[in-house]
Amino acid sequence: MRIVVLLKYVPDITSDRRFADGRVVRDPGEGSLNELDENAVEAALRLVEAQPDGGEVVAVTLAPPTADIALRKAFQLGVHRGVRVSDDALAGSDYFGTTAALAAAVRRLGDQAPVDLVITGMAALDGLGSVVPALLAEELGWPQLTLATSVSLDGSTLTITRESDDVAQTLAAPLPVVLSVTDSANSPRYPNFKLIMAARTKPIEEWTAADLELDPAEVGAAGARTTTVEATARPPRPEVELVVDKGEGGKALAEFLIRNDLV
Amino acid sequence: MTRPTVLVLLDSPQGALDDVRQPVLELLTLGRELGRVDVVTLAAPSVQVLATLGAYGVQAVHQAALPTTLPASAHHVTSVLASVLTTAVRRTDADVLLVPSSFAGKEAAAVAAARLGAGLVTDASGAAWSQDGRLLAVKRVFAGTWDTTSAVATDPAVVTVRANAVSAAPAPTPTHPEVEALPIEVAAPATTVVAREVKARASGRPALEEAAVVVAGGRGTGGDFGPVEDLADALGAAVGATRDAAFEGWFDSYIGQTGVTVAPRLYIGAGVSGAPHHRGGMQASQVVVAVNNDPEAPIFEISDFAVVGDLADVLPQAAAVIREHKARS
Repeated sequence: MRIVVLLKYVPDITSDRRFADGRVVRDPGEGSLNELDENAVEAALRLVEAQPDGGEVVAVTLAPPTADIALRKAFQLGVHRGVRVSDDALAGSDYFGTTAALAAAVRRLGDQAPVDLVITGMAALDGLGSVVPALLAEELGWPQLTLATSVSLDGSTLTITRESDDVAQTLAAPLPVVLSVTDSANSPRYPNFKLIMAARTKPIEEWTAADLELDPAEVGAAGARTTTVEATARPPRPEVELVVDKGEGGKALAEFLIRNDLV
Repeated sequence: MTRPTVLVLLDSPQGALDDVRQPVLELLTLGRELGRVDVVTLAAPSVQVLATLGAYGVQAVHQAALPTTLPASAHHVTSVLASVLTTAVRRTDADVLLVPSSFAGKEAAAVAAARLGAGLVTDASGAAWSQDGRLLAVKRVFAGTWDTTSAVATDPAVVTVRANAVSAAPAPTPTHPEVEALPIEVAAPATTVVAREVKARASGRPALEEAAVVVAGGRGTGGDFGPVEDLADALGAAVGATRDAAFEGWFDSYIGQTGVTVAPRLYIGAGVSGAPHHRGGMQASQVVVAVNNDPEAPIFEISDFAVVGDLADVLPQAAAVIREHKARS
């Protein structure tokens, strides 16, 4: 079994996240592996570990070299191989440019040996778009099983359960499949000491847009179908009106709501 | 320039279409500001639904006619819904496709945009035409701390819109929309729907993702959501939980980055500490009120009004005062 896990390096959600020139600022050292991608790594490792003849988990990320933090974290968890797709021509990619580059990387890995699954986290905690898995399935011509809360593989049929938008579903599809998992699909394992040591020196392969035969007009800012024309920090909230309850706290709360026409 | 055409997805997880959900009314209102509004549906609209669509100024209803060989459970599979959207945009020559920002809606809108070669903005909170005729979509990002405006370079533009972003209002002049069949050619999807169950909505309370007022309970409830539900009922609000409280099994739906994202007019957090996961799902709320017995709770940093106290005392008292106020007015 051969699985590609897609990882994203995102600004830490507790850091001061911001924009400059219409793009998200990605300071080295202030980011981390997208937390939900740990669930994707865990799902991949478990599927491979359940195979009698094992398999390979390849992590792929589309980012500048700062994203190596994310790949090293994946190595610590047990991912076998790491690929970073880096190219100035890819900066400013929208959903479609991102999908084109990731799909090309999956195809290239597939040319080396068949890929059975692509697994992602359900969302990246910077953009929270949640649409790249569906777009990737469309681009690869594979079925999509997204937002999985549980995953099981029987032969070459993958079955998931999901709960979203008031609907609980069980979906199944034949491999190869694009799978996205939520944070209730599994509990990610802790980094392994031996793997932590090995992860420091494990090679990271670098692929460019040319390696992936991407059309420069279709990716990056050149191919983007949307452009951020304005990004403004919202003003901080005014100082909180704080009441310590001495028996009248509920009344004060109700009066605040009434005074502000919120009832 | 001719008046632009805006196509709105009238979605329902049910097979039947006997009401128009609040987020769709909001999209119809937004759509009217952008141009002529048509809707696309998977199911036959009831007489009541047609009357509502007329009140909101809809010009035409395009009802997808899917192949009879396709099982009904497959109608909501992303690739099928995307085919419906793509066909409807081509048939109406729509300039804008507006879809409610549910997970299913976002995926189908994205795949439709891919097939149409269209630009996509997800989770927008508004849209308008620029002077040079491009669609501008605004959205609130990074847990409500930044506002961005994106220009869409393509015609059509595909935009998914968050609930509560727009105030729904009927059209000044009602219409009488006709239902037209929209034949869809689509192969059976590779994904099989093994089971599908639409959850019943809590009666008497608005849905969490659509509510204008939300009361949320966290760890501080200790598992007793009674006071949270009491205050919610006094306010006509929806109830939600934090992820921790939901994982404890105290309440079934949670607000957070991986749960439901809410942006109501009023959010009240009770026994909620304000962990990053939860903040990511509610920080875009207009007014934030918190009740917590820990004076150091991080949620106080993003609150407009807060009570340091025991929620079991504070919430019922607030609910009683609100009920009295409502009885008087």
